[in-house]
Amino acid sequence: MSRTFDTLLVANRGEIAVRVIRAARELGLKTVAVHSEADAGSLAVQMAHSAVSIGPAAAAKSYLNIEALMKAAHSSGAGAVHPGYGFLSENAAFAEAVEAAGLVFVGPTPDAIRTMGDKAAARAAAVRAGVPTVPGSADVVDSLEEAVHIARGIGYPVMIKASAGGGGRGIRMAHDETELRQQMATAQAEAKAAFGSGAVYLERFIRRARHIEVQVLGDGRDVVHCFERECSLQRRRQKVWEEAPSAAISPATRQALCESALKLARAVAYRGAGTLEYLYDDETREFFFIEMNTRIQVEHPVTEMVTGIDLVREMILIALGEPLRLKQGDIALRGAAIEVRINAENAAKNFMPCPGQVGALRIPGGPGVRFDTMLFAGCKVPPYYDSLVGKLIVHDESRPAALARMRAALAELHIEGIHTTAALHRRLVDHDDVIAGRFDTGSLETWLSESPL
Amino acid sequence: MPHHDLQSPLPGTFYRRPSPDAPAFKEVGSAVKEGDVVALIEVMKQFSEVCADVSGTVAAFLVEDAEPVEPGQVLLRIETA
Repeated sequence: MSRTFDTLLVANRGEIAVRVIRAARELGLKTVAVHSEADAGSLAVQMAHSAVSIGPAAAAKSYLNIEALMKAAHSSGAGAVHPGYGFLSENAAFAEAVEAAGLVFVGPTPDAIRTMGDKAAARAAAVRAGVPTVPGSADVVDSLEEAVHIARGIGYPVMIKASAGGGGRGIRMAHDETELRQQMATAQAEAKAAFGSGAVYLERFIRRARHIEVQVLGDGRDVVHCFERECSLQRRRQKVWEEAPSAAISPATRQALCESALKLARAVAYRGAGTLEYLYDDETREFFFIEMNTRIQVEHPVTEMVTGIDLVREMILIALGEPLRLKQGDIALRGAAIEVRINAENAAKNFMPCPGQVGALRIPGGPGVRFDTMLFAGCKVPPYYDSLVGKLIVHDESRPAALARMRAALAELHIEGIHTTAALHRRLVDHDDVIAGRFDTGSLETWLSESPL
Repeated sequence: MPHHDLQSPLPGTFYRRPSPDAPAFKEVGSAVKEGDVVALIEVMKQFSEVCADVSGTVAAFLVEDAEPVEPGQVLLRIETA
């Protein structure tokens, strides 16, 4: 059978590079790892069929360097590029450069990245598709007087969000009109400095919100959903613990939520793996679409565990031009899965980053236990990139069983040489509110301020 | 001239300015007071301020902007007299 490509370049590093290489290898593809000078000895480099150096340690000069990546794609004979998450995964110009070179981008079209990656545009698309959004400005707000007028309609507190922002960055809060008047110009200037665009929009701040997101897979014609993940446990707006399904929503809410995600993904004829993020108000049981991530996500494994679907494999098959193999009726939820992020941070020292050399390593195992990582005994964790070094994922027949399995797996996990956030998770897994599923996006920071590790 | 070498406390990426478009914290010849922020070190996407531990005048930067640094590596030289 002739395929549109037989060699896949992985334009990323760390555990996701390893994850993509595994999926590609299983499909009989050749893999190309790219690496900065700091990652020359990485696990991804060891596992790939070939490796290409793309520049110095600084991400701006290597993993974010489109020119260097395109050169690596040409020299290695790659027919496709998988962007992973972070770095250039949601950069429409990169997807365009890949396509312009006659290669396949494993992900959505540049247009879809542009539309759904821009928060204001995504929100407008959601409104058009009839998907509920957080009360807020329908579009970018230019003038202060316009902002004041709109905020009166939304109700305070309001958030001023950078249209090009993401990952919790580029957000300012105003509790009343005085604060809004003070913050507006600063927010626009900050947005311009950080993201290159000063466009901002307004949104109501929901006091007790859960973060619930829906996984979708599309082939550009049809779209299916793979149910939801709950990622409410966050610190500094970074997810630290994710689960599937959410323990907070009823089957009827689940159905409505997932159907709304399908509606929006279908409206943009979505191609590839994507995630629609929602805020869920526990009190009113309303859900509101907030943004879409047009890439594979860090927490995709919990969905894989409860559905049995290999999302990265499906992404690659779609990129190979195969129609969606899955019908909605074939996708079922089974049991419960939890993922905890193991970051190279010292939880006892206010989560100070902790790069360094790893000594001995003991990885948990047994049924329903998975550890996605780029670590190996003796490897170096460089200081130049994100602190995520592993994801411990468990699956069992129910949430209480999954919690017990996570407790056991965390007891097995042992990483010498660097501090990790395993210490935080050992506490969380025994926390009464975690066990009861009683939390919102503010809970973890409250618990940590009340009783630091 | 008596001088003092300011070392990096952390491994990471050295930055001479608070953001890409902003002016540098200090230039060669700038006066520094003990406690002044003279650079940032980025470690795993978190930024730490590097403060001068003596007062004086910046004599030289020994690391280029946005270059990787190791703990203990000299970042800049400060003339103290």
